[in-house]
Amino acid sequence: MKKALIPVLLAVFLCVGVSAWAADKQIKAGFVYVGPVGDAGWTFAHDEGRKEMEQLPFVEPSTFIESVPEGAESARVINGLVRRGHNLIFTTSFGYMDATIDVAARNKDVIFMHCSGYKTAENVSTYFGRMYEPRYLSGIIAGSMTKKNIIGFVAAFPIPEVIRGINAFTLGVRSVNPEAQVRVVWTQTWFDPGVERDAADSLLDVGADVLAMHQDAPATLQAAEARGAYVIGYNSDMRHFAPNAFLTAPVWNWGALYTRLATEVHNGTWKSEQIWSGLKENLVDLAPLSERIPEDVRNLVQERTEAIKAGTFHPFSGPLKDRDGTEIVAAGQVMSDADMLSMNFFVEGVHGTLSK
Amino acid sequence: MVEILLDATIRAGTPILFATLGAILNERAGIINLGIEGLMLIGALAGFAGTFTSGSPLIGVVAAFAAAFVAGGIHALITVQLRGNQIVSGLALTMFGIGITALFGRTMVGETITGLERVAIPGLAQLPVVGRAVFSQDLLIYTSFVLVFALWFFFYRTRVGLALRTVGENPAAADTCGLSVSCYRFFAVTIGAGLVGIGGAYLSLAMTPMWIENMSAGRGWIAVALVIFSGWSSQRALLGAYLFGGITAMQLRFQAVGTDISTHILQMLPYAFTILVLVVSTIRLQKGAGQQPQSLGLPYDREDRK
Repeated sequence: MKKALIPVLLAVFLCVGVSAWAADKQIKAGFVYVGPVGDAGWTFAHDEGRKEMEQLPFVEPSTFIESVPEGAESARVINGLVRRGHNLIFTTSFGYMDATIDVAARNKDVIFMHCSGYKTAENVSTYFGRMYEPRYLSGIIAGSMTKKNIIGFVAAFPIPEVIRGINAFTLGVRSVNPEAQVRVVWTQTWFDPGVERDAADSLLDVGADVLAMHQDAPATLQAAEARGAYVIGYNSDMRHFAPNAFLTAPVWNWGALYTRLATEVHNGTWKSEQIWSGLKENLVDLAPLSERIPEDVRNLVQERTEAIKAGTFHPFSGPLKDRDGTEIVAAGQVMSDADMLSMNFFVEGVHGTLSK
Repeated sequence: MVEILLDATIRAGTPILFATLGAILNERAGIINLGIEGLMLIGALAGFAGTFTSGSPLIGVVAAFAAAFVAGGIHALITVQLRGNQIVSGLALTMFGIGITALFGRTMVGETITGLERVAIPGLAQLPVVGRAVFSQDLLIYTSFVLVFALWFFFYRTRVGLALRTVGENPAAADTCGLSVSCYRFFAVTIGAGLVGIGGAYLSLAMTPMWIENMSAGRGWIAVALVIFSGWSSQRALLGAYLFGGITAMQLRFQAVGTDISTHILQMLPYAFTILVLVVSTIRLQKGAGQQPQSLGLPYDREDRK
């Protein structure tokens, strides 16, 4: 009896010991950023996520490298992080995709997370967020707050990500205010505060009384504040740039995802996948709503948020037509992820140029 | 509409105008400066930080001038005193400016200030069309109007201006006349750099009152090109800066109004315009107008005289 117990105890002890060792895996994370952490936008939001992840007890102080050019040059930077012993590496821009895959193929013991791409490998996952969900919600607010029924949208480039945001926003606007129109001005730049300001002013000049934007700098917010209009931000909570004009902002909450991923790697449960998370997983969200938004609008936004989280409502559900009247999604259907990722049309209510 | 367009044009053109005028002052003395982009950023950060700590945008403008003056001093030291390569030194200055402003600007990101306010000139501000656009602007815009005239007057109607041009055209002759080539060049570079710094401050104090890394977004390079377009003349620098500012402003407003012009054509405008400008200025150059200073880019050493 006793003799049988010893091997059993030994086995139990070993199992516990081994799993304790596995669970002890320390995370040394490295981040590759496309912009400076001081951009108050995209990279700033990622860096906030990094800091949140560092709060975990098993995460060692992490490293970040700013303003890394996209393309082949980035492989050198990623390799450098591997050589300095990082075991979880985040590459936070589309243009790092091939470099990430290359370096990952030669370093199977390191886990790579690539933001916004489409290539995976056994040690590479991709991740991005369903920003169109909070954009739709912010559209409800814009549609409710406009008095002149003209809403201006300062947009960077006519690519699917931006077009999807404009359409979701407009659907939100029209769900409460079918008279309202959304006017789009393309700046053809992600980051140029002067041009963004000028684009915002040009929309205010044609009578817009609510502005929204898809840019990296907060210049649109300042334009709205200076002219007494309302504004919806993007990327991070930028309300101090426009204390009176700011309504809300669709924001990234990378910390929620980064914390989850670090925990998974730590526990050994991490597996390669393509993450496209939304409101439900708390990766995207709306910044706290302004006091100026009336109670009934807040309630409606809350209701739709719950519906989206529960999966009972989808912003791109049929019947959905483009602005020329062609049916895109039939009644009762929901747009597929693949179609959303390659979106290149405007819904009814958007005024702006879009080449096919 | 014309009034609004004119107003937007002047506001978008002013930072480029200051930078171009500063670069013209540099090049008139024979020193090429490719550090304009870096100097603009240094001016933008110093202007913002000065305003943030003192509460007065005017102190910010002075700080921008001073900081860019000092940074320009580095370029002057290398190119004038040490006779280093002007292209290399200028490019290094741009990289230096981008890096140092990112480093020291960290605490300024996200801060807010009250920028330069519009000051209406009584009477003139009520004029139709030009009232709002020209006579109800901020102090830096009025300064830029005066500066364009002042630089022309300085170059062509003063003895010191004549001497400065001589230094840029033929430093050996200037030296023979007893003019201190290095002294003229040193101050042309540093004061010109200070003006570029004010152009940067216009971005962070008036156009978008905030500090963000790299906020000049390539305007310094446009200024470098406009120096050639202007044929080293301050009046034509005004024209060029406003044309560039105006085309961007017009393109955005066409979209806002909702014209059906293809984005491809609207996007093409600034580049098409650049080509046109190059053609026109080349033709004018062939006719002998607006020649560049003869000794532009050449270090002067008394011992090397031929």
